Amino acid sequence: MTEITSLSLFELIKNIKEKKISSNEVAKSFIDRAQKSKKLNAYVTENFENCLKLSKEFDNKPNFDLKLPGIPIAVKDLFCTNEVRTTAGSNILNNFVPSYESTVTQNIWNEGGILLGKLNCDEFAMGSSNETSFFGNVQNPIAKDLVPGGSSGGSSSALAANLTPVTIGTDTGGSIRQPASFTGTVGLKPTYGSCSRYGIVAFASSLDQAGPMSKDVKDSSILLEVISSFDKKDSTSIDFKRNNYSSDLTRNIKGIKIGIPKEYRVDGMPGEIESLWKKGIEYAKDCGAEIIDISLPHTSYALPTYYIVAPAEASSNLARYDGVKYGLRSSGKNLIDMYEKTRSEGFGEEVKRRIMIGTYVLSSGYYDAYYLKAQKVRQLIKQDFDQAYNKVDAILTPSTPSSAFKIGEKSNDPVSMYLNDIFTVPVNLAGLPGISIPAGTDKNNYPLGLQIIGKPFDEQTVLNIAYSMEEKINYKNNINDWWME
Amino acid sequence: MTIDLKTVKHISKLARISLEEKKAEKLADDMNSIFEFIEKLNELKTENVEPLTSIAETTLRFREDKITSDNIREKILKNSPEKNDDFFVVPKVVE
Repeated sequence: MTEITSLSLFELIKNIKEKKISSNEVAKSFIDRAQKSKKLNAYVTENFENCLKLSKEFDNKPNFDLKLPGIPIAVKDLFCTNEVRTTAGSNILNNFVPSYESTVTQNIWNEGGILLGKLNCDEFAMGSSNETSFFGNVQNPIAKDLVPGGSSGGSSSALAANLTPVTIGTDTGGSIRQPASFTGTVGLKPTYGSCSRYGIVAFASSLDQAGPMSKDVKDSSILLEVISSFDKKDSTSIDFKRNNYSSDLTRNIKGIKIGIPKEYRVDGMPGEIESLWKKGIEYAKDCGAEIIDISLPHTSYALPTYYIVAPAEASSNLARYDGVKYGLRSSGKNLIDMYEKTRSEGFGEEVKRRIMIGTYVLSSGYYDAYYLKAQKVRQLIKQDFDQAYNKVDAILTPSTPSSAFKIGEKSNDPVSMYLNDIFTVPVNLAGLPGISIPAGTDKNNYPLGLQIIGKPFDEQTVLNIAYSMEEKINYKNNINDWWME
Repeated sequence: MTIDLKTVKHISKLARISLEEKKAEKLADDMNSIFEFIEKLNELKTENVEPLTSIAETTLRFREDKITSDNIREKILKNSPEKNDDFFVVPKVVE
């Protein structure tokens, strides 16, 4: 039989329901593998003992009507978990133990999921390589010393290495889709307002969304169905009719119109990305989709807009870390000195950089020139998509402008790091759903992803296109467990 | 436009982050390269564009003004670096 840890979520659920395996056996298998996989540095906090205990409780009193019956799941350490340490990858929250649960994780536990542990991420989700985490770099299981992407890098690494059957990440500018692309896995950022932000450590509140990460598209549809919900505790949660994403999943996308935006052909894009995209277009045609050329004229302004809006919101959100109510406190000679030292010692370099940018663009005399300007350009970017969606049902692009890079390769050049999110950021600015699916490899055999962007609240079409193309692409990760002890 | 060391120090005061001299210089360099990249937005004319303030096209919901949680004082105080029985403790602010 195939190893338990390499089964998909769908297969695990099936096996558990048919009583071929127990929840406890599943938990044990993932924990054994995690214990041999410390070199990946995917975990910040393990919840293994508790997970084993809860899985036994499930087996003693199973409820097979649940959507995630006794399934152990590790989550990004940006979700507050009741009585389990939540760090956001930061020294300033090193000892923070929430006394409440994020809505998204609560939804998972309500459906029978069991917490395996908390996964490494860039500090406050600010990064594209997991190198800004206070808890150190994460290895990509694809090859040694390769970044797993970011900010949900612990999540993508753990998933690709079969340390968790599925996981959840958060995506502010690409933090689910880019790491999925770098690890040969699937990552979905839902429409803004689909998944509650309650209990997620805030980065940029008008952009942040939680979403599923999985080994295949079907698993993402199962997990999205669980985590997407209307929540009064999030003022921007939207009360719309959510599909039964997994049972409505179909490979029949005949006649669906897919747009190809010419502006995504950026200067200096490697030839292998271009040819992957071309192959993607052929796959989409094979699936029965109609391909239509479209224009998103403001695409090249998306990154500069993002690097005003996101730091501005971050500087405001992170004002709460003052050494008083929770988290680290450094001693100072008076209150102000205490604030300044706490924040200087508690935050890492990238977080400080972004707080500084955000404070600057919001400061007196610069607000109109930067922040207001960015909000206006954001409107133009959104209008680009609105107009495109008069003609097409979805949009197909590459997920990233390159495959995974080496640890340290870009960490000294913030702008070149930011360019990684060039294809994912516009989707957050416009609040749209987007998925990355593995679609091929580069010359080094590193995975490359394609992104499908949908209309607001139309995750079903995005999933269906991805599900259909996935079958044609038939991508398989080639992982040789090089890190195992 | 360039961001000088004096501006960086002023911003770090506003952001309540203490900065060593050497770090401030590096930060000024980084911020200048990031703003060089951001200046691209000036190519666009936006006089007649409405700023997008919220992507979720909903009006904020009202709720009744009533307490929904039990007494959670202990829970709230639990993570504070310094506290006495009922309060957060901070360095002295009045003489």
